[in-house]
Amino acid sequence: MIPEIGHFALILALLVAFVQGTFPIIGAARGNAAWMGLAKPAARAQFLLIVLAFFCLAYAFAAKDYSVLYVASNSNSQLPLQFRIAAVWGGHEGSLLLWALILSLWTVAVSFFSKHLPDDMRARILAVMGLISIGFLLFMLTVSNPFERLIPAAMDGRDLNPLLQDPGMIFHPPMLYMGYVGFSVAFAISIAALLGGQLDAAWARWSRPWTILAWVFLTTGIMAGSNWAYYELGWGGWWFWDAVENASFMPWLVGTALIHSLAVTEKRGSFKAWTVLLAICAFSLSLLGTFLVRSGVLTSVHAFATDPRRGLFILIFLVVVIGGSLALFAWRAPKIGRGGKFDVVSRESFLLANNVLLAVAAISVLLGTLYPLFLDALGGGKISVGPPYFDSVFVPLMAPAVFLMGVGPFARWKQAPLPELALRLRWALGVSVATAIVLPLILGQWTPMKGLGLFLAFWVIATTANLLYQRLFVTGKSWQTQVKAASRSWWGMVIAHLGIGIFVLGVTIVKSYESEIAVRMHPGDVAHLAGYDFTLNGVKEVKGANYSAARGEISVSRNGVQKTVLFPEKRLYTVTNMPMTEAGISPGILHDLYASLGEPLDDGAWSVRIYYKPLVEWIWIGCLMMAFGGLLALSDRRYRLQKRRAEAN
Amino acid sequence: MALKARHKRFILIAIGLALVGLAATLILNAFRSNMVFFYTPTQVVAGEVPQGTGFRIGGLVVANSLKRDNDGLTVRFAVTDTLKTVPVTYKGILPDLFKEGKGVVAQGKVGADGIFVASDVLAKHDENYMPPEAAEALKQANAKNNSMQSNAALAAPK
Repeated sequence: MIPEIGHFALILALLVAFVQGTFPIIGAARGNAAWMGLAKPAARAQFLLIVLAFFCLAYAFAAKDYSVLYVASNSNSQLPLQFRIAAVWGGHEGSLLLWALILSLWTVAVSFFSKHLPDDMRARILAVMGLISIGFLLFMLTVSNPFERLIPAAMDGRDLNPLLQDPGMIFHPPMLYMGYVGFSVAFAISIAALLGGQLDAAWARWSRPWTILAWVFLTTGIMAGSNWAYYELGWGGWWFWDAVENASFMPWLVGTALIHSLAVTEKRGSFKAWTVLLAICAFSLSLLGTFLVRSGVLTSVHAFATDPRRGLFILIFLVVVIGGSLALFAWRAPKIGRGGKFDVVSRESFLLANNVLLAVAAISVLLGTLYPLFLDALGGGKISVGPPYFDSVFVPLMAPAVFLMGVGPFARWKQAPLPELALRLRWALGVSVATAIVLPLILGQWTPMKGLGLFLAFWVIATTANLLYQRLFVTGKSWQTQVKAASRSWWGMVIAHLGIGIFVLGVTIVKSYESEIAVRMHPGDVAHLAGYDFTLNGVKEVKGANYSAARGEISVSRNGVQKTVLFPEKRLYTVTNMPMTEAGISPGILHDLYASLGEPLDDGAWSVRIYYKPLVEWIWIGCLMMAFGGLLALSDRRYRLQKRRAEAN
Repeated sequence: MALKARHKRFILIAIGLALVGLAATLILNAFRSNMVFFYTPTQVVAGEVPQGTGFRIGGLVVANSLKRDNDGLTVRFAVTDTLKTVPVTYKGILPDLFKEGKGVVAQGKVGADGIFVASDVLAKHDENYMPPEAAEALKQANAKNNSMQSNAALAAPK
């Protein structure tokens, strides 16, 4: 009964979405206030219906209802409750439901926080989001219904893929989807502005907080996924250039470009057409990411389904959304008009260069991800493009982008004389060049790549420190007043940029100085790595809720002093009969010590892999700083004032 | 030496185009030199594979072919598409889901002795899942097998 209620709620939600997607848009075109007024209640009703559907599915999981096909395929009676709930988005159908839920959550948020928008604008935005929702609801109801019954019911479920049975599964997908789907707001605002022909600075100001919030979620989501892969996959990598990762990284790159070009559009009125195009691209890439991950075209753990009808549906949906919005852009863009003029050397030009580099980087990722698929689909044979391609493309593209990031905040809008810039940046340049030369000499083995990485990391950190210094101490006022005087969005920028520096530093150091050994160990054997002694004390059998495991105990000491104990596990999930490596990690601010069990060899020995990962945590700390910077920018007075002003009216 | 606005815009556009052109060259170059092609065991045995550059093979791990060297880390196994079999060596820890009789994809180079030295071994992600490359190799072998039966004269062993 409960699953049928969920199914019925989805059907109702689709009907409401039709109302939300059509009447307000027509009403806005004809100036019909009643039709425009339908947008808000429809958005809220749709949200409640999808929440109901989502709870019905979650209930089916919690209550172990194996007469529902999706529940039977993705959970098991022995699966702990938190993973049974997370299993709601563990497969294809449920993750689409999560997508739709999050879309309606953003829509409802827009309906509440849009009091300051003109009625026709709000009606158009909500309608565009309703149209997107139609696509997803229709998709679920036609080819991938999460509430489909299994008759007769299964005795027990087939269990969730053991790779997904991890706390990461509870946070990572919702975070990522909040980011993906969040770009739908910027997209809808752009489309609404194109439809209404209302492309002024106000449109950029509405778009900015939504875009930043989506970007914060996406950054956190990608960071959580990277961290999860690091400890779950057992080989110590944190980024694999896997097609699924690329699917989330492309919208991030374009989204990062978008938040910067939105700043220019709001403050200077320039880049309008480009900003609209980026907003369309960011969301299109999010849709493409969903298509890549969820249609089964990829050969990856995330691609659960292989049903050609689904692929066809999403493909048509993509063509309609992307093609339609680009056509609208081509039709309306000439009316947008030119923005303010700027010089060859100015803050605008630096931001433009940063935008172009980010966009080109996104295109290069797109090429590496899609070309093998196209070639395969056209019968051109199977090829793969691995990390070497992405590495060799990314360094030359991102190095100038990161360098310009240090210069940009010092440049004035419109025109920034080069000599003045050089004068202001000379100390930062000196510090970073010196560090890039000296630090590798101390740590060992100078190479151009280490030099470049360290130069960029310290360049960002030094220029940002210089920016802080000049803002706080050179103005003649006390620094306390200056701290308060600086806007939160300025602080957000400072912290996010510092985050990039920390990130680059972490990547450079871990790539340059990580070490690993793979050894055959009997209990009592000692392995040596990076000055540490790893002693395998023994391997014990332990039982988990739905798995049995061999748990190794490895004590780590340095110069005879015990530092930590690692407990790597080799699990066997009993339902799916899948083995799973669970790494033993001792995280630290300076380095991680990481061990994973390979296989049991004859005579009681184990193959063991041990890693030394210096500054690896800085990669994720850097990402969190970027996300925190975004949150600070969001809390800026300007956005609150805007709201208060609207309420006063 | 104040430049006219038109000239400035022109310079900006020219610089932009030059940079985008440079980036495109760089990307396409990197792409060409890092493409990894896929071959079936039959093609490897027939010598239709590049020498000196890496490629991927896929197929099934032959039952009882897994042997371990004394260091406990170097493994030897054979990959088959049911027609031909390629011996593979790999130093390192095999993925969790590597099993004899199941699908596998390996990336590496083939030596003069015909042994495939793998730098990476990828296995399927769950019990029911076959890596597409491995499935492709079996499909091709199957098709070839059928055509051989119908035209036995052409199927002289190499």
